[in-house]
Amino acid sequence: MSKIVRTMSSILSLFIFVYGSYIIMHGHLTPGGGFQGGAVFASGVALLIVAFGSQNLHKSLKEHHLSILESGGALIFIGLAFGGIATVFFYNFLVGSPIFGHIPPPGPNPGDIWTAGVIPFMNLAVGLKVIAGLSAILLVMALATTITEVEE
Amino acid sequence: MIEPGVLHIIVPILIVACALLVAILKDLIVAVISLAAMSLLLALEFYLLQAPDVAIAEAGVGAAISAAIYILAIRATKRR
Repeated sequence: MSKIVRTMSSILSLFIFVYGSYIIMHGHLTPGGGFQGGAVFASGVALLIVAFGSQNLHKSLKEHHLSILESGGALIFIGLAFGGIATVFFYNFLVGSPIFGHIPPPGPNPGDIWTAGVIPFMNLAVGLKVIAGLSAILLVMALATTITEVEE
Repeated sequence: MIEPGVLHIIVPILIVACALLVAILKDLIVAVISLAAMSLLLALEFYLLQAPDVAIAEAGVGAAISAAIYILAIRATKRR
């Protein structure tokens, strides 16, 4: 693509990444969560793929690295679920601890981010998995279509 | 300021119009852009029906990711 498109998309993709990370990180307070934020983040990756071309992006973004990230997200999720196995599977063992452990007062409140125990970490794991999976799908499809163009 | 009741009439009509355009149009790229517009209007309708969670998912997956995947798939076909 042209230089204008490349410059603007490299600026705009940063804002999209920050917004996607915000949706993932505030999943337990506001609408959204791991899947929604991951989809927003992956749309920024799609913008980069369209603007810079998949061959250029493939130099720094390999699909086996994305595969490692995706499996890591699934392992973090299952590991957190097994972390509370002493009481019950998926037990929220971080409530009351200094990490995301505040207990909010009942009723409407301004929204404290250090609440909900293990749920922000699970949102983070799901977001990592969705980002890596959707980016890998887009990258592999873009690479496959450019290869068929070269063969013709 | 537009009344929300009026938006509940206008937005579904626009959704149906965009969906009909997808079926009618011959150019595939234009049809995909119409599909993305339909997805965006559907996200607006979800937001009006007070489901912002579904609206974010619809806007992210329907308007951006699926349109990109369709355009990448159309790029691999030949134009007659």
